[in-house]
Amino acid sequence: MDRVFGDKKAIAILLGPALFMYTAIMLVPSVWSLFYAFSTGNVIEGFRPVGLDNFRKLLDDPIVPTSLRFTVTYALVITVGQILLGLALALFYVFVLRRASALIRTLVFFPVVLPTVAVGLLFSKMFAIAPQTGPANSLLDLLGFGATDWFSTGSKAFWVIILMDLWRTMGFYAVLLYTGLLDIPGEVLESARLDGAVGWRLLRHIVLPLALPVLISSIIFSLNSSLKVFDSVVALTNGGPGTSTTPLNLYMFQTSFFYSDYGYGSTLAILITTICLTVTLFLFRSSRRDLTKG
Amino acid sequence: MATRTDLSAPVATRATAPAPPAPSRRRGVNWRRVGNRAWTGLVIAVLLVITIYPLFWMFASSLKTENEFITEPLWSLPRELNFQNYVDAWELGGIGTVIRNSLLVTLPSLFFILALGAAAGFALEVMVWKGRNTVLLLIVGGMMLPLQLILLPLFTIYFRLGLTDSLLPLILTYVGHGLPLTVFLMAAYFRAVPRELFEASTLDGAGVFRAFFSVGLPMVRNGLLTLGLLMFFSVWNDLLIALTFNTSKELSTIQVGLLNFNGEYGSTLYGPLFAGICTTVLGILVVYVFINKQIMKGLAAGSLKG
Repeated sequence: MDRVFGDKKAIAILLGPALFMYTAIMLVPSVWSLFYAFSTGNVIEGFRPVGLDNFRKLLDDPIVPTSLRFTVTYALVITVGQILLGLALALFYVFVLRRASALIRTLVFFPVVLPTVAVGLLFSKMFAIAPQTGPANSLLDLLGFGATDWFSTGSKAFWVIILMDLWRTMGFYAVLLYTGLLDIPGEVLESARLDGAVGWRLLRHIVLPLALPVLISSIIFSLNSSLKVFDSVVALTNGGPGTSTTPLNLYMFQTSFFYSDYGYGSTLAILITTICLTVTLFLFRSSRRDLTKG
Repeated sequence: MATRTDLSAPVATRATAPAPPAPSRRRGVNWRRVGNRAWTGLVIAVLLVITIYPLFWMFASSLKTENEFITEPLWSLPRELNFQNYVDAWELGGIGTVIRNSLLVTLPSLFFILALGAAAGFALEVMVWKGRNTVLLLIVGGMMLPLQLILLPLFTIYFRLGLTDSLLPLILTYVGHGLPLTVFLMAAYFRAVPRELFEASTLDGAGVFRAFFSVGLPMVRNGLLTLGLLMFFSVWNDLLIALTFNTSKELSTIQVGLLNFNGEYGSTLYGPLFAGICTTVLGILVVYVFINKQIMKGLAAGSLKG
């Protein structure tokens, strides 16, 4: 028995290919990019070491604060939106529609699987004002608010990006939280109701505390993916007007491939990695503490 | 990172926790219930409009002629069913080519992610050896590494190896990047298989590989299917990797192709652009209609992972 499942050769054959691919594609390049951060140049012109220059540049670069502010604001707004909308939908599925929710769940989930660029282009035409007025502006006109050029300023474009990403992802968070709510035992809800907890009180004191683990994993997941936002912005505004809707991720991409500065690009990549790791670890630790407190 | 006990075995979706029916009065029309019904209906209607209208508008627009775009408001319906835009999109935007490229990238990536991931999951969970937990942790830790960190060195590697004029960089990167999550989940699926099954198979004289192919894989096939779907959508809809390693129009995937098409013709040729978007969306819709149950089940099973 132990001889069969302890067979070194078999382990090497089974694990080897995956371990090799993982090391070659993920581990080696990750370490390698640390070295890039201390040099400048690109693959065609070659590299030369510059010491800490890239990190000094990072502190002086006026685009970094703008970009960082956009990224963090976007991540916070989208996370709050995704969790609130997802939770509202999940509660609607579980407590109002109950067993009849399958069709609605499936429909609302559909945008999740669509190519982001397709959705981005669709929304850019929906919110367009020139050369043709899109349906969103026609609706605003009809309601008496007046059409507006949504992509003329960063703050207006920001809300179109938020709206589009909420449309795209709310079905996902709804299903995620829905499955979490289903795990709450029926008897617990039943006895809480008998004790007189209904509506808001049932939600606040019974449902939310019991759904906390899945809520926290949803928040971690949401923050982590929104801090790395790229696709939706590229397809919708491409970072503009100016750099007002450029997330760090897109700035890193532009620096590396339009300005061919791999060194500074890697420095930006390290900044993104640091932010994501810090946020995840912080949330993970604080959620652990909360859970043990009960 | 999640500790090993966090990920419980895949569970089947269970029935909805039944809530008691709203209290009803005995006599007359129950106005409260009617009111509740009306609210429910309204919420459903709003949800349907929000979800379906953009897609419906996109489809309607794809049937309009260039003239209709200029003379009529964008929200109006097409006057007749006109499929010329689809022909144009196919020829101008090379929609056929980008779909073929996406398939050529996604299918091999999917195969290797699942094959390598399942084998590694088996080696790390069913096989018994010193250091397997360390290796599992090392691989799973990769989930924390964002793509941005690996793109530039990878570009250098592919460039030096002379791979940049092919679809290989995409496939290799997707496989490497998809492995941490796949190995993590495969190990969890194998953990849920009763150990006695593997022991019994060795008593019957089966070797490791027999145990893997004939006992292990069939036992985790639901997990494989779920992971396959997850990976399919993440590879099919990826933009960052595809854009980084894309060097020519002939090698564009769907996402990159749509972006290029919009850049070239998007401000003038509305009809073909909408037709192009529609084609890619309809393709996914067909897939989705067949597999949405499996997606929901998979999400339910994996929802507790931290």
